[in-house]
Order: sequence, then structure tokens, then C-alpha cells
Amino acid sequence: MTISFLLLAAITIAGTAAAMSLRNLVHCVLALTLGLVGLAALYLQLGAQFVGFTQILVYVGAVAILAVFAIMMTRSAEPTEPHGSSSFQLSGALIAGIVFAVLAWAVSSGTKALQVQTLQPEASVNQIGVALMHGFVLPLEVIGLLLTAALIGAGVLAMDETRGAR
Amino acid sequence: MPEIIDQIFVLSKHWLLGYVPAGLQPVFSALLSVVPVLIAFPLLFAITTVLERKGLGRMQNRYGPNRTGPFGILQPMADGIKSLTKEDIIPRTADHLVHLLAPLLLVTASFLVYAVLPIGRNMVIANLNAGVLFFFAVGSMVELAVFMAGWSSRSKYSLLGAMRAIAQMISYEMPLVLASVVVIMAAGSLSTVAIVNMQASYTGIWPHWYVFTPWGLTGFVIFLIAATAESNRCPFDLPEGESEIIAGYYIEYSGFKFALFFLGEYLGMFATSAMAITLFLGGWAAPFSFLTWIPSYVWFFTKLLTLILVFIWIRGTLPRLRMDQLMNFAWKFMLPLSLINIFGAGVWHYMPAGLLRWLVVTLLVVVSCISLSRGLRRGKWFHVRTYRFAA
Repeated sequence: MTISFLLLAAITIAGTAAAMSLRNLVHCVLALTLGLVGLAALYLQLGAQFVGFTQILVYVGAVAILAVFAIMMTRSAEPTEPHGSSSFQLSGALIAGIVFAVLAWAVSSGTKALQVQTLQPEASVNQIGVALMHGFVLPLEVIGLLLTAALIGAGVLAMDETRGAR
Repeated sequence: MPEIIDQIFVLSKHWLLGYVPAGLQPVFSALLSVVPVLIAFPLLFAITTVLERKGLGRMQNRYGPNRTGPFGILQPMADGIKSLTKEDIIPRTADHLVHLLAPLLLVTASFLVYAVLPIGRNMVIANLNAGVLFFFAVGSMVELAVFMAGWSSRSKYSLLGAMRAIAQMISYEMPLVLASVVVIMAAGSLSTVAIVNMQASYTGIWPHWYVFTPWGLTGFVIFLIAATAESNRCPFDLPEGESEIIAGYYIEYSGFKFALFFLGEYLGMFATSAMAITLFLGGWAAPFSFLTWIPSYVWFFTKLLTLILVFIWIRGTLPRLRMDQLMNFAWKFMLPLSLINIFGAGVWHYMPAGLLRWLVVTLLVVVSCISLSRGLRRGKWFHVRTYRFAA
């Protein structure tokens, strides 16, 4: 529990909390981005450079941009009125509390079984590459196929049906 | 003696650190690395604005700025003072916080990427294991800043500019990253320092720069085109097309915030140029083995200025692209070509060294380049435009 960890955790939690509670949709996305950057910084603090930078590249560079682009294209980003009754909020809080309790129990009971491993940041990117190309080739290919299918699907959806492919 | 001049900045940093108490040394070490970069590149920005305006003036057959100081070289001072003293106007309906944060995020992200660029031998702020990835990850934050600026101004022009800018940046980021993948494959490392070190050796007098291979040359050209698009420069300056949407996403900014956008844009251009140098042009390495006595940072900045001059030259020469041309070029030409280029680099790696692999990879790249450009042209026919003038 160092000061930097507490700070980054606070930024992450504040960002995600603001993403849920702000009225303006664009503000929500920006706050969520802050939370994701905080998460990336936490990965970096653990010595996982590759995962941290990929988190920034994918979530800030692609997902957040995609979200704001969708908002700009589809609807006006005016502040929305709060809706939902108090019972809805109550049940939401209950579910969140239960999930947190389960996770906390899992984490606190799991820590003793794990050995503390020494970090090897010098070769981490190399190790990830070797693991992807040797041990996890099949999952990688399956994911590639899935993404290609999704890409083609998006293309078909966007196609102008009256005039055919453009 | 050349060794000492080459390492003079590194040595003087260590000498200065000797006077600092041990507890404060990490902080001072970071400061002594960061502050020179924070001074040098804005200074380069000031020089570049003059060079650009004078150069464009020369190409367009007019004088550039010539009223401030000899040959107008004090123009950046005048511009700086002007932007500092101007009124900072914020539109009444603007989203004030986001409007304020956008230029700050832009400049911060633009400066952050300099952390991994090796300016000279042993002269890099942070030798990260995943340096190239860091560069692209932080560079992608610029898009968010552009969106924040365009959206928070509550102006149709700025929103249009932001949408154009983001669409363009997303489209051209893909070829930019894929073009650098070939170098990562060849060097076997994501660290910028390791990539430059791989290129800093010689056969005879000739250097081992990656640009002197078929896949390296293709990658370099793709990288340069995509870098032009990423930094929103002509011929890809649709997001800020002066004749259509005035200044695009930063139209509602004035005074020093406007200057910050300007600074961020140029810093981005320098950074991508420096990355192109690091990946393809050997970083700080000398172009011939008998020229290694010239300090490494001199070579780096010479290459950087050369690339900047190329950018200015392109800006003075080419007309602006249309939006559909821009998108078609990115997705139907640059992206497939960079994928084929990666394949070519793989073929190069597994074939025995010699003339044959030169022939095979060159043929692969040239043939795919020609067929892709024919595909891009399909269904369109070009003819001489005829103009009808009013009698």
C-alpha cells in the first residue's frame, strides 16, 4: 500500500464513479476514460508495461473514441433527466454490495495460496509474444476469426441495400 | 575528443548530479533529463514557424514575414507576445471545464511521447521495454483531446472539424502502426533504443538503416504519409480546412489556448518525424562510417529538420484531398499495402541473404502497389477538366 497505489486507486474509483453518476453522456465517457487510464497506470505500477500500454491504446485510443463518435452521430449530448425509482437504486446497491463481498472474499482467501513471484519486466513483451505464438495459437486464431466475422457483419449492416455494395 | 563532445550532455548531467544530495538525486536526474527536451522542442517549433512561412512564401512566389528583425527571424517572438496579450474568449454556451482541459491534454500528450525518443547516444529520457507501444498509446490520447475541443465549443464548425479529425486519425493510425511493425519484426524489440542500436553499425561505409531494404522503404513511405495525416497537415488538412470550416476543432479558441493547439500540432509532427527517424533512418546514427565523429545529436536534429522541410515542401506543393478520397486511400490502399509489407518483411527474414531476396521482396511490393492503385481507380475515369468561363 504505497502512496502512488492509493492515489491511482482513488483516480480510478473517482473516474468510474463519475462515469456512472454524471448527467451528461459525454462527460460520462470522459470520466470513464480517466478511470481506464488509472487502471492502466495500476498495471504499469505492477511492472506490466505491455498490458498497461495496450490498455491505453485500446481503451483510450479506440473504445472511448468509438463511444464519443457514436454519441456524436446518433443523439444530442444534452444532459438527460434522472430517472429510475428509489427501489431500483436500492436493489442496484444491494447487488453491487453482494458482488463486492464475493469478490473481496475470493481475493482475501486467495492471496495465501499464491506465492509472490519475482517480476521479470525485462523480458515481459518477449514472453507474451512467445506465449501467444506457441501455447495460445489456437485461441489467438479463433479470436482473429471472430473479429473478422464481426468486421464483415458490420460492413454488411452498413451497406446500402437499395443500391448494393458501394 | 569526439567521444567527449558526443557525450557532453550526458557527462554534464552526471557532473551536476554530483552536487545534489543522494536523497534528491532521482528527482534531479529526471528534471535534468526532461527540462532540456521541454526547452529544445518548443524552440524548434519557433524556428519551424519561421522556416515554414518563409519556405511557403518562396514556393508561392511572395515574401514571407520580413518586418520583425533581420529576415523576419524574430517573428515567433512577436507571435508569442501577441497570443499572450490577446483576450481569452470562451463561448457562453461552451462546456467550460472540458473547454479548458482540451488544450492542456493535447500539449501534455504531445510532450509525453518525447520520453521514448532517443535524441542522441545514451540520450533518452526513459528507455522503456515497450517504447514504441508507449509512443502510439500516448499518441492516441491526442484524438481524445481533439474531440474534447471540438465538442465543448458548442459550435457546428468545431464539431464538424472534430469529427473529420477523429475519422482521419483513426483511419491513418492503422497504417502508421502496421508500417512500424516491420521494423519491430526486424529488430526483435519494442525498445526505441534497441532499434537504433541495431541500425548503428556499418558494412564498409554503408549504414544498416532499415530504409535501405525494400520493406523498409515501403514502410517508411507509408509511415510518412500516415504521419502527415496524423498531424493534420496538407494534403490531409480537411479537419482544419480554412476555406470550409475555418480552423476546424479549435475555431472557438483564442489567445494562448490557440497557441497551445498550434504548439501541440507541431510537437506531434516533430514526434512522428522523430519516430520515423528512429524506426527507419537510423536515429542518431551517422549516414556513413567516416562521419561518426560528428556528435550523434547533431545527426538527429539534421535528420529531423530535413524531414520537417519535406513536410513544408509537401504542404506547398499538393492540393487538399476530398473526404472520400482520403478514406478510400487509407482503407483500400495504405492498409492492404502495409499488411503485404509485413508479409514481405517475413519473407525477407527467412530467405538467405543475397540478391534473390531483394528481387522477390521488391517484386512483391511493387506488384501489390500497382494492383492496389488500379483497384483504387476502378470504376472511375479521369479526363481533362474543361472550364467554362463567363463571357
